[in-house]
Amino acid sequence: MRSITFRKVVNKIFEVFIFFFALTLIIPLILIIFMIVQKGISAINWEFLTSIKTPPYGSISGGILSNVVGTALLVAFATFISVPIGVLAGTYLAENEKGVTTFIIQQCIEILQGIPSIIFGLVSYIWLVRTTGKFSGISGSVALALMMLPVIVKSTEETVKMTPLILKEASFALGVPYYKTILRIVLPTAFSGILSGILLGIARIAGETAPLLFTAYGNNFFNVDMTKSIASLPHLIFNYATSPYPDSHTVAWGASLVLVATILILNIITKLAVKKWKT
Amino acid sequence: MENVIISVRDLNVYYGDKIAVKDVSVDFDKNKITAIMGPSGCGKTTLLRCINRIHEIDPTVKITGSINLYGEDLMEMYPIEVRKKIGMVFQRPNPFPTMSIYDNVIAGYKLNGIKMKRGDSDELVEYSLKQVNLWEEVKSDLHKRGTFLSGGQQQRLCIARALAMKPEAILMDEPTSALDPISTSKIEELLVELKDEVTIIIVTHNLGQAGRISDYTTFMYLGELIEFGLTEKVFTNPQNEKTERFLTGKFG
Repeated sequence: MRSITFRKVVNKIFEVFIFFFALTLIIPLILIIFMIVQKGISAINWEFLTSIKTPPYGSISGGILSNVVGTALLVAFATFISVPIGVLAGTYLAENEKGVTTFIIQQCIEILQGIPSIIFGLVSYIWLVRTTGKFSGISGSVALALMMLPVIVKSTEETVKMTPLILKEASFALGVPYYKTILRIVLPTAFSGILSGILLGIARIAGETAPLLFTAYGNNFFNVDMTKSIASLPHLIFNYATSPYPDSHTVAWGASLVLVATILILNIITKLAVKKWKT
Repeated sequence: MENVIISVRDLNVYYGDKIAVKDVSVDFDKNKITAIMGPSGCGKTTLLRCINRIHEIDPTVKITGSINLYGEDLMEMYPIEVRKKIGMVFQRPNPFPTMSIYDNVIAGYKLNGIKMKRGDSDELVEYSLKQVNLWEEVKSDLHKRGTFLSGGQQQRLCIARALAMKPEAILMDEPTSALDPISTSKIEELLVELKDEVTIIIVTHNLGQAGRISDYTTFMYLGELIEFGLTEKVFTNPQNEKTERFLTGKFG
């Protein structure tokens, strides 16, 4: 057997080692945020946030309002579609833990989660853009909703499973039917978990570009009609960042900053919401 | 036997292939406290859970035999009706964490969609909380969540929730086993006060508790009903050797 001192030293080295790797994890994040702030902050001003771009396409005058509104609409519609489906499906999975159907659905969700985002865009393109003959905000929202679904289903399943059985029993013992026990007791009790799942889902899709490329498509004019093509933040970043002019790049950085800040704030709200609802 | 409220006849309960309750027949008297005792795994909780049909939550449970409430077969009634007439209090206090104390008391009405006038529900909440001696302690916090209460208070709140439904009987599954001695004795006093209004069937591990509060005692062992009678008699002069050994602490 080696000496105690040797083992202590090895322990120390190991501890330092894992600490170092944990630390390297946050370096990329800090660098990314630093870079975005550094390059994007000069673009941000009141006009940038509250006015719209004037044609021609790719012009650097005007602001990103139509893109901000467009992204908000796309995300809101996607949430509207995926939340009812995701929450109810997640409830089913939690309530029927052992069934074959549950197993199959769980596997499908795993696969759904692994599908590249551009595929969702393609699918929505075939379902909605080809059949209606035009690009639309709705088709973009459908693609985003498909991406959100696994996150919402999984978080709902987890939190509903964690709801104590004794609460369900208490409800049944009062003669409350099954559907009301789920809707009025189980889901409200699991609310914080479900809410954090929804917010994480939103954070995941808010920055997606690929599913929107051939669905929502982008729009140079201010538009809030979801049946027409609609502008979005990630799309704007994509277009301006690939343009050869440095001024366009600044616009892209500014829009990136807005997007990242929004997602960051959303994440913080999620954490706070979960804390508040747990007590 | 006109005082009988619930009568169980030839009840067998199976979990899959395993039998948990064997050929149990027993009558429960109105406005009395009947204690069901026995060592762990003797089927006492299972028997209790059949009486308001909450055993049906677990689809692997199968039962044969009959349970009647005032001569009416419980198995023919809607489970929802059964559970409105026969309330239940559980081992661990389980007030609904998303509801206020006030809403917890009238949860049975709210969740079943029974409309009440504001005045009526105020009255019912006050009456029910007074019944469980909780009114004075919580009357200024009625609209706060019930989860900040102590364990004993939470359990009394759960009893108030069951009482508010005006049930014929209340089933209690070791209602004090998760509580400290002071809360336990408060609940025991309460049960004795309550029996004028409601029939109580209580499963308990605690021999002293059964002796202190119950009028009748049932002793179960390995799923069978070994002895049933007036508590005094069962405790002082048990007919069955197994009962005697259980009461004297030789097993259980």
